[in-house]
Amino acid sequence: MSGNAPDASSLGQAERDFSQVDKHRLVTALARVLPPTCLLHDLEDLRPYECDGMAALRQLPLVVALPETEAQVVDILKICAEQAVPVVARGAGTGLSGGAQPHRFGLVLSLARFKKILQIDAHARRAVVQPGVRNLAISEAAAPHGLYYAPDPSSQIACTIGGNVAENSGGVHCLKYGLTLHNLLKVRGVTMAGEVVEFGSLALDAPGYDLLPLVTGSEGMLAVVTEVTVRLTPKPQLAQCVLAAFDDVVKAGDAVAAIIAAGIIPAGLEMMDQPATAAVEEFVHAGYPLDAQAILLCEADGTPEEVAEEIARVRALLEASGATEVRVSRDEAERMRFWAGRKAAFPAAGRISPDYYCMDGTIPRKRLGEMLQAIQAMERKYAMRCINVFHAGDGNLHPLILFDANKPGDQHTAEAFGAEILELSVALGGTITGEHGVGIEKINQMCGQFATPEILAFHRVKAAFDPAGLLNPGKAIPTLNRCAEYGRERMGSTRQPAHPELPRF
Amino acid sequence: MNDLIEAWREQVRSAAAAGGCIAIRGGDTKAFYGRPTAGEPLDTRGLRGIVSYEPSELVVTLRAGTPLAELEALLAERGQMLAFEPPRFAPGGTVGGCVTAGLAGPRRAAVGGVRDFVLGLRMIDGRGDLLRFGGEVMKNVAGYDVSRAMAGSLGTLGLIVEVSLKVLPRPPAEASLRFELDEATALHRLNAWGGQPLPISASVWRDGALTLRLAGAVAAVDAALRGLGGERLAAAEADALWAGLRDHTDAFFAGDKPLWRLSVPPDALAVALPGAQLVEWGGAQRWLRSTAPAADIRARTAALGGHATLFRHGERSGDVFHPLPAPIRALQHNLKRAFDPAGVFNPGRLYEGL
Ligand SMILES: Cc1cc2nc3c(=O)[nH]c(=O)nc-3n(C[C@H](O)[C@H](O)[C@H](O)COP(=O)(O)OP(=O)(O)OC[C@H]3O[C@@H](n4cnc5c(N)ncnc54)[C@H](O)[C@@H]3O)c2cc1C
Repeated sequence: MSGNAPDASSLGQAERDFSQVDKHRLVTALARVLPPTCLLHDLEDLRPYECDGMAALRQLPLVVALPETEAQVVDILKICAEQAVPVVARGAGTGLSGGAQPHRFGLVLSLARFKKILQIDAHARRAVVQPGVRNLAISEAAAPHGLYYAPDPSSQIACTIGGNVAENSGGVHCLKYGLTLHNLLKVRGVTMAGEVVEFGSLALDAPGYDLLPLVTGSEGMLAVVTEVTVRLTPKPQLAQCVLAAFDDVVKAGDAVAAIIAAGIIPAGLEMMDQPATAAVEEFVHAGYPLDAQAILLCEADGTPEEVAEEIARVRALLEASGATEVRVSRDEAERMRFWAGRKAAFPAAGRISPDYYCMDGTIPRKRLGEMLQAIQAMERKYAMRCINVFHAGDGNLHPLILFDANKPGDQHTAEAFGAEILELSVALGGTITGEHGVGIEKINQMCGQFATPEILAFHRVKAAFDPAGLLNPGKAIPTLNRCAEYGRERMGSTRQPAHPELPRF
Repeated sequence: MNDLIEAWREQVRSAAAAGGCIAIRGGDTKAFYGRPTAGEPLDTRGLRGIVSYEPSELVVTLRAGTPLAELEALLAERGQMLAFEPPRFAPGGTVGGCVTAGLAGPRRAAVGGVRDFVLGLRMIDGRGDLLRFGGEVMKNVAGYDVSRAMAGSLGTLGLIVEVSLKVLPRPPAEASLRFELDEATALHRLNAWGGQPLPISASVWRDGALTLRLAGAVAAVDAALRGLGGERLAAAEADALWAGLRDHTDAFFAGDKPLWRLSVPPDALAVALPGAQLVEWGGAQRWLRSTAPAADIRARTAALGGHATLFRHGERSGDVFHPLPAPIRALQHNLKRAFDPAGVFNPGRLYEGL
């Protein structure tokens, strides 16, 4: 295998240099195992792959492979291992942290052709699907059986289940139904050595160490996912949504805590501040109250009796918390309208601003009010607007910083603004990313959330699966050199980065 | 507290340097589980106490040596619970032991297992480094999810010193129903019910009878009671039944005949093996009392897509957990070396060499 794999003493110290990769040699070897339709290496064919949902960063790969079978994935990985070529797996490219951003000297392994739903077993409530199947397609296929796949990222019409596994994606219903991990039974994948492995099982557990939580959320760095078995959930008989308006964001935050403290786990519990409400209202006309400082959406699901009971309790709690208005959806159309605005928050931000930068910190729920006030202060400090949507039930924040990349300095300011929010998330006892992943975007902030021993432990976990460090190198886990650099930058008075060539956004 | 952690780190470092081992123990309530191990004993019970508990955050953080009973009493006061219903087996178990054993009780199929409720932890690795993974929030994808992988590792990857767990509100209503059914019919019904939005929180089949526990909102439990039929158990009888299954104080678990735990897909048909059986988790967990050869039990369970654990009693010097396929075994050994390169912690407790 590759001669320049990192040895134990230098593990995680520095980024590896892959400039020796020989494109011609790589293409020649790949052409032996892939038909021409599965292999792209001309500039114009590579363009569509140069970024993911974080479009500010663009990088062309050397080659894109679009395998159609697991055997081809194995062959590709073996060739790349042999030639020490970085491999970046790619689903739909909707990731928001640059996880699927190509490597300059690497191959993009697109799973776009793995589109088959292999099995829907209604009796056992599971679906076996290929990684390129879209999240929503699973629920659509299960719908005739009264079942669905619970995690519902807002990008669910586009994003793939393989990408969901790699990011451990969430959605508005994960407070009650769990994240991707909690809805997985088994993940089949190929390691960088070309070995096919299965994590988890069709039973509720598997023998030995539980590797499923390590692989889930590993951002394509431990194995390439080639098949996923998900758990299907019975569709609730009824869902109803309550919309509450507040004249103060702190009161809305307190209402969230009051609902949870009362022993209610709503199916969804979302919050938007006034500017976010105004932005989406203009876009989808959901009928949101525009004078409110914050609105909450709280969904109850279950049997009609259960929903009626929960809605009554939630309404009482919201009123006691000082809601200025409480509306309960009267029918499915109205419920969908309540949600339409929340689910359209990102596109709405895109409408009112040339660019937006979506943050993803999670904080303990009780600090919501504090965080919102701090963000307001930062808006003044950076002279930049920020609209806020939250998965309030689980403390996951999506502040959307509005900027114009064509204005000199704007991007840099947005980046500094975002970094400050992330650092505050950690300081408030939370994390820099709740569901979008670290990717390349938040790699510096990892140095703030974790100390050197943990960063090293992450590198060791990586090496346990991929000793040569070829799967998605440079993502998610910072090198110690990078952290040292970041530390020096934070100490210094200037925010001018010392190494402008390092990606920071 | 920090002095104790520092002393343990020193103990780990010197054991690693001297080629020694450490046998971690909490309340010793699960000493029967896994393979025999050796080493200088390290008792975690000196490190106890609740670090923080915020009922409205649904999170509790505690030191690893905290008695499980203390935690459960605290949660009960605030109408909350450890939803995965960890088996206690005997009094005196600790939170750290509960997490590393990775065992869940009757509610497993309805809510998830131990790992699904671990939010973060602090641990000492085999180098004596103090590491913190995860956190106290529900959603966190920064770094590999090491804390969840500790659930079920039987202390072989590191010494947990503190852990944050997600807790849930206790269901306002609970009721248990009994049906006379043969095993095949019971398995079929359990799967069919699983596909409907019913508030089933536990199930058990044995000796021709299936019992369900319903739990949830009052209205949901009432509606299910009306729709399902069956014979309702008195509350005291139901509580005794579920507690006996959870803690293995039920008569099924008495005696010293080998006790096997077969973890299978919930829709697996009845397992044709000699010996008494008891079915839990909607069909996904089958308990077997049998002296049949281990190889037969393993082969038959594997053929159903599951794995078999020699849970208690029997010959424990060989594999007690299901043998692993070669590529997974290699990854597991790599992971062990990543956290405990000198093999200090609980050597061989999980598998030989792990
Ligand atoms: C408008 C919008 C809304 C969004 N809303 C949400 C939301 O509500 N919740 C949420 O969690 N996310 C959300 N996202 C983020 C994104 O959709 C998710 O992270 C999604 O899971 C990415 O899936 P993908 O198929 O696009 O993966 P990609 O972007 O292609 O890849 C993401 C990562 O997964 C890896 N990967 C992909 N496929 C595989 C595979 N088969 N094997 C191994 N690694 C693989 C890649 O290397 C990369 O690191 C949103 C994004 C957008 C643009």
